[in-house]
Amino acid sequence: MQSNAALEYDYSVAKLFTLTTILFGIIGMTVGTLIAAQLAFPQLNYLIGEYGTFSRLRPLHTDVVVYGFLLSGIWSTFYYVAQRVLKVSMAESKFLMFIGKFHFYLYFVGALIAVVTLLLGITQSKEYAEFEWPIDIVIVLIWVLWGISVFGIIGIRREKSLYISLWYYIACFLGVAMLYLFNNMALPTYFVSGGIGSIFHSVSMYSGTNDALVQWWFGHNAVGFVFTVGVIAQIYYFLPKESGQAVYSYKLSLLSFWGLMFVYLWAGSHHLIWSTVPDWMQTMGSVFSVVLILPSWGSAINMLLTMKGEWNQLTDNPIIKLMVLASTFYMLSTIEGPIQSIKSVNAIAHFTDWIPGHVHDGVLGWVGFMTMAALFHMAPRIFKREIYSRKLIDIQFWIQTTGIVLYFTSMWVAGITQGMMWRAVDEYGNLMYSFIDTVAILHPYYVIRTVAGLLYLTGFFIFAFNMIKTMTASAKLTEEPQHRTPMAA
Amino acid sequence: MELKELQGYATFFMTIFLVLMLYGYIMHLYRSEKKGEKDYEKYGKMALDDEIDSTPIETNPNSPKKTKEQNK
Repeated sequence: MQSNAALEYDYSVAKLFTLTTILFGIIGMTVGTLIAAQLAFPQLNYLIGEYGTFSRLRPLHTDVVVYGFLLSGIWSTFYYVAQRVLKVSMAESKFLMFIGKFHFYLYFVGALIAVVTLLLGITQSKEYAEFEWPIDIVIVLIWVLWGISVFGIIGIRREKSLYISLWYYIACFLGVAMLYLFNNMALPTYFVSGGIGSIFHSVSMYSGTNDALVQWWFGHNAVGFVFTVGVIAQIYYFLPKESGQAVYSYKLSLLSFWGLMFVYLWAGSHHLIWSTVPDWMQTMGSVFSVVLILPSWGSAINMLLTMKGEWNQLTDNPIIKLMVLASTFYMLSTIEGPIQSIKSVNAIAHFTDWIPGHVHDGVLGWVGFMTMAALFHMAPRIFKREIYSRKLIDIQFWIQTTGIVLYFTSMWVAGITQGMMWRAVDEYGNLMYSFIDTVAILHPYYVIRTVAGLLYLTGFFIFAFNMIKTMTASAKLTEEPQHRTPMAA
Repeated sequence: MELKELQGYATFFMTIFLVLMLYGYIMHLYRSEKKGEKDYEKYGKMALDDEIDSTPIETNPNSPKKTKEQNK
């Protein structure tokens, strides 16, 4: 292709996805903070008519942070990491370049359509799988394009072996492909009802308990194959690269990978403990959830041990600080999840605020911190400018860490209080509290959560400002940094 | 044998089978390294030395072309 020009990695697709990571992060987290405030102050539901109600905004929050912020982050890092660990540039294949850009633009259009339809209340009412079938088809196309990119770039690689991060990206691709297709099997109501329904509105092909099982097999594994493997893929590359230390044990990374693949898919039924699914299936979900601690901690400990002998970097380098804390929150989240899956604990935890508390120490601490750290590491390499301000990263870190701690502690207390009040009975066996009693008691915790959300969101705006300044106004770099990311004070 | 009993046995033996598989894999990893057939830890360097003209840890025989000459 090029004969004389020096060959370089091509980051044009990574750059595009970096921008959407920031954009969707702002939208998703702003909506999240608003709905947290709505739970504390219900009058906030009526700011913009039907479009501002909790029921409309909650799916918007979850879908925008998962499929907007997080997926953009996974893709921006994929289009960066894959080239580097395979030692091949996207500029070497016009076809892959076209597919990569097509992947981005179709995704962006699809995401906008998804946002608008959710605001309009168009939904098939399955949690995290709200989109109606025409959007599902667009999503499948987007996923196929990513698959072509993944296997296309692997096909032209110079490095024979695939680095562990790539195995995780492949797992993300294959896992979500399988889950999404099976959970979104639906029929338009027009055909089900013999002509009186709608072509665009569909209902699940499964019914009752079967539908719940498929939904939570999807729901739990969406957490597994997006929130977990998509982010582990990042930390296995960015922490060693930023610290200049090779991963502590490559063997442990392989073992944890296959362990995670084996175990994760069986744990979904823990979402349906004490429901109508067969008892053995609930027990299986519970047991596999506890076993999941091993591969999860295998990866997290491997990351912490990678820093062995180099812990001084934790104080010197705020990007390392973000990644080490991400890894620590991953450990917290993956011990908390199995505890909640134990049947007796689940009897208290199920349906309470402890569940969103658990989710958020994972997503804010693990996913959010790792994604932002990855973007900070990539920015000087793809925009060829140093990070605008180290001080801002430090400020952001402390504001957001405070936010996360306030979020999960308030939800732990709220959730356990709620669970205990729901099951409290007097000496005659009558329930001691009505639902509204719990709501009144929980109000202060909902206010604390709103404050926590505001803190995290403030930190995210600082991150976005730092990134935009890095792209536009920071000092230019003449050569690519090898390990530690250069940053202005 | 009732279905429930059968499910119980199936779960038990599947768990045993998976545990054996897992331990088998750990033994395979360590044994092949001890015998000198594989050096897994060298793959960790892929993330550190990842310039486009760095020498691959293991060169893909079907690789498109060399870059070192091109980038001189």
